[in-house]
Amino acid sequence: MLESVPEPAVPDVLAPSLIGRNGLMLALLAVALLLPFVVQNFLIFQLTLVLVYAIAIIGLNLLTGFNGQFSLGHSAFYALGAYVAAMLMDKVDFPYPATLPVAGIACFVFGFLFGLPALRLEGVYLALATFALAVATPQILKLSPLEYWTGGVQGIVINKPDAPFGLPLTQDQWLYFFTLFVTVIMTVLAHNLVASRTGRAMMAIRDNPTAARSMGINIALYKSLTFGVSALYTGIAGALGAIVVQFVAPDSFTFLLSITLLVGLVVGGVGWIPGAFFGGAFVLFVPNFAESISKGLSGAVYGVMIILLIFVLPTGASGLVRAALQRLRAHKIQ
Amino acid sequence: MTALLEVRDLHASYGTTRVLHGLSFGVLEGGVTTLLGGNGAGKTTTLRALCGMVLRTGEITFAGRSIAHLSTEDIARLGIAHVPDGRGTFVRLTVEENLELGAITRRDRNAIAQDVERVFGYFPILQKRRGQQAGTLSGGEQQMLAIGRALMLQPRLMLLDEPSFGLAPRLVRELFGILAALNKSEGVSLLVVEQNAALALDLADQAYLVETGRIVFSGAAREIREDEKIRRSYLGY
Repeated sequence: MLESVPEPAVPDVLAPSLIGRNGLMLALLAVALLLPFVVQNFLIFQLTLVLVYAIAIIGLNLLTGFNGQFSLGHSAFYALGAYVAAMLMDKVDFPYPATLPVAGIACFVFGFLFGLPALRLEGVYLALATFALAVATPQILKLSPLEYWTGGVQGIVINKPDAPFGLPLTQDQWLYFFTLFVTVIMTVLAHNLVASRTGRAMMAIRDNPTAARSMGINIALYKSLTFGVSALYTGIAGALGAIVVQFVAPDSFTFLLSITLLVGLVVGGVGWIPGAFFGGAFVLFVPNFAESISKGLSGAVYGVMIILLIFVLPTGASGLVRAALQRLRAHKIQ
Repeated sequence: MTALLEVRDLHASYGTTRVLHGLSFGVLEGGVTTLLGGNGAGKTTTLRALCGMVLRTGEITFAGRSIAHLSTEDIARLGIAHVPDGRGTFVRLTVEENLELGAITRRDRNAIAQDVERVFGYFPILQKRRGQQAGTLSGGEQQMLAIGRALMLQPRLMLLDEPSFGLAPRLVRELFGILAALNKSEGVSLLVVEQNAALALDLADQAYLVETGRIVFSGAAREIREDEKIRRSYLGY
């Protein structure tokens, strides 16, 4: 029976596109490496923040896009990562790069533990539970018993690091490269995770939890682990954000930050990792742009832009890129 | 032949609604058992109860081991593959990814790749669709995918919930032919729940008639097939 089946045409189509894909990645990376030498310091700072948001959005995407769990509480993980980094530098003089893994691990543990009771909740109920987390976090950070560590309402100010090894870079340029380095690692890891059997199990749970269990997948374990990994990403983003902005304060991490990440996720494309960069750029630049159109109604302008975008691109940037790639491929075949 | 699956006094309920009222039946090692009955008889619930998807009491022994207290995923790991009603397709993943998910508990990479090809041997249409999103397959193709995916677990027992549901008659016959082949050449025991009694009785060696959560008749499939009174009063053909 096997012999009668024609050879699948899939590998042939895929092979050149894989080379094209790697080429595209290298070209984008080259642009990313050159950018800080051609733009001004403030734009470099903004681009750094885009990367920070992108890492956080990848974290949210792993949870929502690939595992089907909703979260309105990722501002809490971002805050935890930011505060862990800030406190370590402020109180025990930790070198800033070393704060990232600590923040990541702390958020992983917290996210995993939060994910355990969240197992019983789905959809809107999970959204509400995580919402509570987001609302509680800034208040907890302000508590006076914790003030010695958190700096209370005032927050913590962090010193801006210089470029090491006497590199001829400004502080902003150096922070950009440092963040880019972390971003590339985190993106590649997320890509590999999603392509692995673990990633497949995550997506199976998203598509059909009952069937996933029938395949022998331990849903409880995978869901809480995904919560942990998602929190880890967002926590590392928070730590990077703290270093880049040189300041943490409770009111930087309100519920609104969770929504910002969610907007970035949807705009970039749910379930598509590179979408995080489009989403990050959108949530950073478009509100400023909206403000330049109308100071008084900037929120409304931003809202209209989001609505328009969802209408034009219901699947976010991912849909646009996919359509473009398809067209390119169709051209090549002709 | 020895019994692979033995069920004694199985009760199950959804919340406070009792659905199964003490079923006892079995599947022989290498055998095919069918549960027949109309809508709402409790056939689907029986399979769910075996897999630990609903609250159940009673004795369930698989290969000499009690599984009545195990979770769904642990039961799957023992080698019981459930082909659920509605097929349980992972709609946004490709056909091949669906098949690989069937083998997610296994570590033997090469054998998994071989098994994917073996499934394609049984269901050539799946090979043509291997890179396609599984949600875009037709009903019949999704049923084949569900059976193929269950095979990837290398099961000793396969539970099939109305495999004929919603399929064209010609396709149904083809599918049951493949099930018979699987039973023979792969040595997989089958427990088939069906409304299409004629078809199921041809495949099975043992049959049980289920009505409102109780077994009302049991015997060799051949006997039931030839017993006109039962055929008329319970099976309607």
